[in-house]
Amino acid sequence: MSFLQIQDATVTFPARRGSEAFTAVKGVSLSIAKGEILGLVGESGCGKSTLSRAIMQLQPLTAGRILLEGGDLSKLDSHQLRMARLNFQMVFQDPYASLNPRRTVFSTLTEAVRARTGKLPKEALWERVAALMQRVGLNPDFALKYPHEFSGGQRQRIAIARALGPDPRLLIADEPVSALDVSIQSQIINLLLNLCRDLGLTMLFISHDLSVVRYIADRVAVMQNGQIVELGETGQVLTAPQHPYTQKLLEAAPALRLAEV
Amino acid sequence: MSTVLDVQDLKVSFHTRNGVVRAVDGVSFKVEKGKTTGIVGESGSGKSVTCYSLLGLVPMPPGRIEGGSAKFGDVDLLKLSEKELQRIRGSRISMIFQDPMTSLNPWLRVGTQVAEPLRLHEGLSKSEAWKRAVEALREVGIPDPEKRIHQYPHEFSGGMRQRVMIAMALITRPELLIADEPTTALDVTIQKQVLDLIRDLQKRLGIAVVFITHDLAVVSEVCDYVNVMYAGRLVEASPVQELFARPRHAYTQALMRSIPALQRKGEPLYTIPGLPPDLANLPSGCAFRPRQTPERQALCLTDRQPPLVEVSPGHWAQDCPGCLIRD
Repeated sequence: MSFLQIQDATVTFPARRGSEAFTAVKGVSLSIAKGEILGLVGESGCGKSTLSRAIMQLQPLTAGRILLEGGDLSKLDSHQLRMARLNFQMVFQDPYASLNPRRTVFSTLTEAVRARTGKLPKEALWERVAALMQRVGLNPDFALKYPHEFSGGQRQRIAIARALGPDPRLLIADEPVSALDVSIQSQIINLLLNLCRDLGLTMLFISHDLSVVRYIADRVAVMQNGQIVELGETGQVLTAPQHPYTQKLLEAAPALRLAEV
Repeated sequence: MSTVLDVQDLKVSFHTRNGVVRAVDGVSFKVEKGKTTGIVGESGSGKSVTCYSLLGLVPMPPGRIEGGSAKFGDVDLLKLSEKELQRIRGSRISMIFQDPMTSLNPWLRVGTQVAEPLRLHEGLSKSEAWKRAVEALREVGIPDPEKRIHQYPHEFSGGMRQRVMIAMALITRPELLIADEPTTALDVTIQKQVLDLIRDLQKRLGIAVVFITHDLAVVSEVCDYVNVMYAGRLVEASPVQELFARPRHAYTQALMRSIPALQRKGEPLYTIPGLPPDLANLPSGCAFRPRQTPERQALCLTDRQPPLVEVSPGHWAQDCPGCLIRD
């Protein structure tokens, strides 16, 4: 049985004054196995983010179902949903915008830990925070610093530590390295890969950078206008793309042509 | 071939509470007519400050231009007054920035903004300037420009906004265009369209382009000549094909090795050890030494800055025994 199953998911934003109804996700079916890294590729506006919000249960589906280990998430009541949501955590593109500038790393991370555990004695909290920081390659001595005291790469590490705080089982990484320098990018990609391997995490990796997806993902889903147009093993999709849209994406990617030089 | 811009030994520093930050430390490069010169480097390497200082866009204080010259035609940009610079900025030298969402004014119609350089620099009337603006929008491939010109920036997509920026930058037919990470915020397919557009217009109008980016893949696509910056200095400068075929400096090689597209799946991605140096507190000698492997570190210069040497015709690299890889 697959870990996460999306069956015929559709999200329609209803018509409002001045705009027509818009279907952002049109009957998407996907399944992710436990421990798998699935790359989701497509342009802005293709529905990638709406789909990830729907998986996070932040956006109700108009039609279809999302099953976590066979259990239908939309059938949960609000308390159960709050607990289930802890199993999914997100890492966003811009670590400058996604961290609260007025909270220390300790305060950010304890909130994430407590979401799962409830109240903990101070020593236990410190232990958890130190372990999280070490896991993402940060020195726990810096726990009382604020986000602005860290570099972009370190901030993204804090954001990843926060996502790991409630012991999630699925990580949704929404363009986690697009805002970073090349040399920092590789560090964060290595970190994400190690985390998936060591913690048995499943990951949905959303990106428009095919060279990164090629490296990190086991399988790739290509999305266009709210639909999955191609899905398959990463190597196969990127070397022998079947759908014209995938071919167009590959052609536009400069890094891949560089590989042939 | 004629040289449009000739920068020699440019030095820019910032005087901060934590000491003097030498953001640009002795950078020299030339930009030829009709060619694209790339400046590549990580955040904080000084690539943007280099270009901002040429146009007087570095805030002073805390910034200060410590020395050097920038010959543009027969004037030295660094010696001009603010008033004289205003006459050049946006007419003979234009700039486009990374984020078209923040560099357009959300309160003004697109037409007002695209036509503004003409009104300021050529003193055209509003109706004439708007007529030219419609043509400029058509030229950068915006469909239905007569209608779109009356709209506001939020009615345009990211790629279309960057096209508007390009139309605005080129409407006065400048001799030099400075593009600061113009495609970093865009999707791959849109990125390609924008790069193609810049290249097309450059060919047609014969302008020189300075292209600032941290993306080596983009450099390989658009640049004729590449300058690699590290810690405020050039570590390598070369024609683009030569650079990718035979990178000579350890930093350039490390940058190329960290591109994920070039790595085999399953192996850990190569990362450059350590962090870029603190510019207020540079190590003496070779700036890349702390990030080198131990055996090479021992060879690096410690007593003086490595000078650039010509390793093969047109290909320059810092002559540090630890970092320069000769044949």
